[in-house]
Amino acid sequence: MAEEGRIIPDDRIDLRGVLCPINFVKTKLKLEMMDSGQILEVILDDGEPIRSVPRSVKEEGHKIIKVENVENAYRLLIKKA
Amino acid sequence: MAEKTATQRIDLTELKSGGFIKQTQKDLFTVRLKVPGGRITPEKLLKIAEVAKKYSRLGYCHLSFRQSVEIIGVHIDDFDAVVKELAEVGQKVASCGPRVRVPTACGGCEYNPNGIMDTQSKALEVDEKFFGTPCPHKFKMGFSGCPIDCTRTREMDLGFQGVVYPVWSKDLCNGCTLCAKACQEGAIVSDKEGRPMFDESKCVYCGDCIRACPTDAWKDKKKGWLVRVGGKHGRHPREANEVANFLPDNKVNDFIDATVRWYKENGKPKERIGSCIDRVGLEKFRKEVVSALVKTS
Repeated sequence: MAEEGRIIPDDRIDLRGVLCPINFVKTKLKLEMMDSGQILEVILDDGEPIRSVPRSVKEEGHKIIKVENVENAYRLLIKKA
Repeated sequence: MAEKTATQRIDLTELKSGGFIKQTQKDLFTVRLKVPGGRITPEKLLKIAEVAKKYSRLGYCHLSFRQSVEIIGVHIDDFDAVVKELAEVGQKVASCGPRVRVPTACGGCEYNPNGIMDTQSKALEVDEKFFGTPCPHKFKMGFSGCPIDCTRTREMDLGFQGVVYPVWSKDLCNGCTLCAKACQEGAIVSDKEGRPMFDESKCVYCGDCIRACPTDAWKDKKKGWLVRVGGKHGRHPREANEVANFLPDNKVNDFIDATVRWYKENGKPKERIGSCIDRVGLEKFRKEVVSALVKTS
């Protein structure tokens, strides 16, 4: 999946400092406003958020296509189902 | 003519097996209702509320520590009416005394994302088959769907806890490291390429890695029950011993049956199975119950 690096997200949301499960709810609401196949970039804190949010996103049927570490936080690219 | 006392009118020992528990107040009893696994329909709740309003002379219910609804302060003369009215919605009375009790269970895997095994159906099935079986002392069972163990199976005479065995396939992994993040046990550590290094000795078989994995590189190889025996609370708590892991779902009834039979043969009156195991040795239990049922663990 070498092309991932060139993916430009359609929208982004920075959830640093936002607690569980509000961070997931905000991600969900953002995704609901997007079209199927579009890419959302989400920035999450380490710890509980990175442990829980990706799992919940997966349970909702969306696809996480990239995860990378950025200065004590994580950048996720989610493809809307 | 003087009013007869409760003891003359009804055999208290018989009453106790039927879930009627004597209170400090003269002629008043607690009626303990059967709620296997703690799941109850609104119809039953409404009927219980109606009956409690009518017959509780103290005006309240109590939720027991084993998920039963108890109607407090029922007069001995109202027993028949209470039982009959509750039966209209199929609500049965529970038990107390030296026998197999109503099993407890966590909320259930149908709606809890952590759930691995179906505790609710199992609790109902086990209640149907084993409830009320006479034993040397009380015998409590509980079912937890996952290693978070909300049902506290370590405190059960016989406890079953859901487990899932994770397997990883290299071809599907994109090195995202989410599994290592998801694992709270330190059983998965990412290597330089982000690929997981799995240390099974630290794994509690919760399946968080499987749920976190975006590419389905982690999958479940098998699911089953971790079995604990000999736990109890009370004045002298005892933590249960783990005696089997990944017991298949269809072996649960056999395991209970063999354990209860062993307990009846080996337990002294008023002795819990944990104390019995302390007296005769866990190896005896393993040899006579576990090894006969579990070929490989």
